[in-house]
Amino acid sequence: MTQRLSKPALRVGLGLIVVAVIFASAPLWAGRADLRLIGEFMSFLALAVLWNLLAGYAGLMSVGQQAFVGLGGYMLFIGVIFLGLNPLVAIPLAIVAGAVAGAIFAPLLFRLEGAYFAIGTWVAAETIALIFSAIPTLGAGAGMSLPVDAVRAIADSRDGREAVVYWLLVAFGLGTVAFAFALIRSKPGLSLMALRDNALAAGSVGVDIWKARFWTYVAVAGASGGIGAVIFLQKLRISPTSAFSLTDWTVVIIFIVVIGGIGRLEGAIIGTILYFVLRELLIDFGAVYMIVLGIAAILTMLWSRSGIWGGVEKRFGWSLLPTRRTRH
Amino acid sequence: MNLIDAIVQGILLGGLYALFAAGLSLIFGVMRLVNIAHGDFIVLAAYIAMVIIQSTGMNAFASLILVVPLMAALGYVIQRFILNKTLGDDLLPPILVTFGLAVVIQNTLLTVFETNTRRLSAGPIETASVAVGPISLGVLPLLTFAVAVGLILLLEVGFFRSRIGRAFRATSDDPATAQAIGVDTRHIFALAMALSFAVIAVAGVLLAVRSNFDPFSGPARLIYGFEAVIIGGLGSLWGTLAGGIVIGVSQAIGAQISPAFQTLAGHLVFFAVLAIKPRGLFPRMD
Repeated sequence: MTQRLSKPALRVGLGLIVVAVIFASAPLWAGRADLRLIGEFMSFLALAVLWNLLAGYAGLMSVGQQAFVGLGGYMLFIGVIFLGLNPLVAIPLAIVAGAVAGAIFAPLLFRLEGAYFAIGTWVAAETIALIFSAIPTLGAGAGMSLPVDAVRAIADSRDGREAVVYWLLVAFGLGTVAFAFALIRSKPGLSLMALRDNALAAGSVGVDIWKARFWTYVAVAGASGGIGAVIFLQKLRISPTSAFSLTDWTVVIIFIVVIGGIGRLEGAIIGTILYFVLRELLIDFGAVYMIVLGIAAILTMLWSRSGIWGGVEKRFGWSLLPTRRTRH
Repeated sequence: MNLIDAIVQGILLGGLYALFAAGLSLIFGVMRLVNIAHGDFIVLAAYIAMVIIQSTGMNAFASLILVVPLMAALGYVIQRFILNKTLGDDLLPPILVTFGLAVVIQNTLLTVFETNTRRLSAGPIETASVAVGPISLGVLPLLTFAVAVGLILLLEVGFFRSRIGRAFRATSDDPATAQAIGVDTRHIFALAMALSFAVIAVAGVLLAVRSNFDPFSGPARLIYGFEAVIIGGLGSLWGTLAGGIVIGVSQAIGAQISPAFQTLAGHLVFFAVLAIKPRGLFPRMD
């Protein structure tokens, strides 16, 4: 108990509540365009934190997270259009679908090591994308739109709907940060940290590597499914290309975490902020900003593997979300 | 009849996939590195060939005289000055750096050449075919297959018989000891990558005369090559040929069922092999 109520945890908890209140009140003071931008920021933040848990902690280098984002998006549309569900009820369905898909692929993909696992996750994502683009009732390659009546079930006014979607995105963004923080400070989180530092040694002191990785992978898949559902609830249209986009849901996320600082919770936050700043600056240059991000990620890996936050930590000893354990 | 025809075409296509796989398998064998940008370098080689052909009027196959050494030099430089720095106990750096390279290559090609699909012309050979019984075989697919088998044979023999092959194997088995007895492992790794890039150059030109390509054609080539490597069994070059053929035939049969099913069939067979024989069809015996 002392662990859970320790000072840093309490501070972080209070800090998160303050941040949550500020963001949650945004529909009162921000315009529609700003809300959309913050909402998008939250979705990228959530995906970045989740990918960081996989690669930075569990040592699972996935380049196939678009599988779960896209699957979640499609489950929302299937739930609303074919099962007549309220969109808000379809979101848990998307989470379950993501987790189940993760649980099916994990035992197969875990047979591949390191980089081969990475490419394997990519093949898994391609497979799911190809299956969805081959189903005529789901609009095949062209995709489909959410009917207006179904969307009205969330709120009558457009502003009301935008606010609800926004709150969902904030909940996912900050919720993921809070969840990751709590997880890493918990006992299972300790196994993850041990895994990150030395998988072989972790195994020899009794950490069940397979199990730790399996549950991390499944949990991240489920959460990604939920985020995918909300992202496409906002877009109101889905197609295989947008749902299973490697660039949007994986490449950008990887660059965010690598540049921000892999294996550090703060890294995902700093990286997401930096990405949005860069994107606003370079939006007119199209492909150039992907080249810039790619080169920045390569240089980070070559010269400063812990990214921007790793540098800050070393230089100033700062820690926004202290996950290090100290004796009491 | 259609089915037999599809299987034969699939086998020939498998030769090309085996070429994609051979370069990947080679560097994994020597330095446990997986180059995620492998497919994008294949496409880069195709664009380099295109530029050479456009500016010199060379035949597509003749352009290999320039494309192979250029790509090999590029491979040497990339390994020596970038990828060697990423090797070590940490798994993530080599994956993330080659992943970054993939994105940089795709978007650079997009900036320079735009999204138009291209194709290299190889002259009348493209449409030439020979009849074997009731089946008509394209000369180009036959040639591709023969080149693949020839290159794999050459690599296999080189790996086990030549001096440089011995250095490759020694470095692969025990880099620390190899270094201690005077092998410059950084140079050996760079040479292995140069060799892999020479294979990439051939694969790129063969791909480009056979099908359309654009700046984003790379990832699919990486995936087909990867599936061939895993199905064949890690570390076995002949296995990659078998793996390439399995993928080629699966895709050809899938396409017979429905065009949408072509690539999917290959992926499903890949997962089936992973479930039933996770070490591949021809795991290397040590």
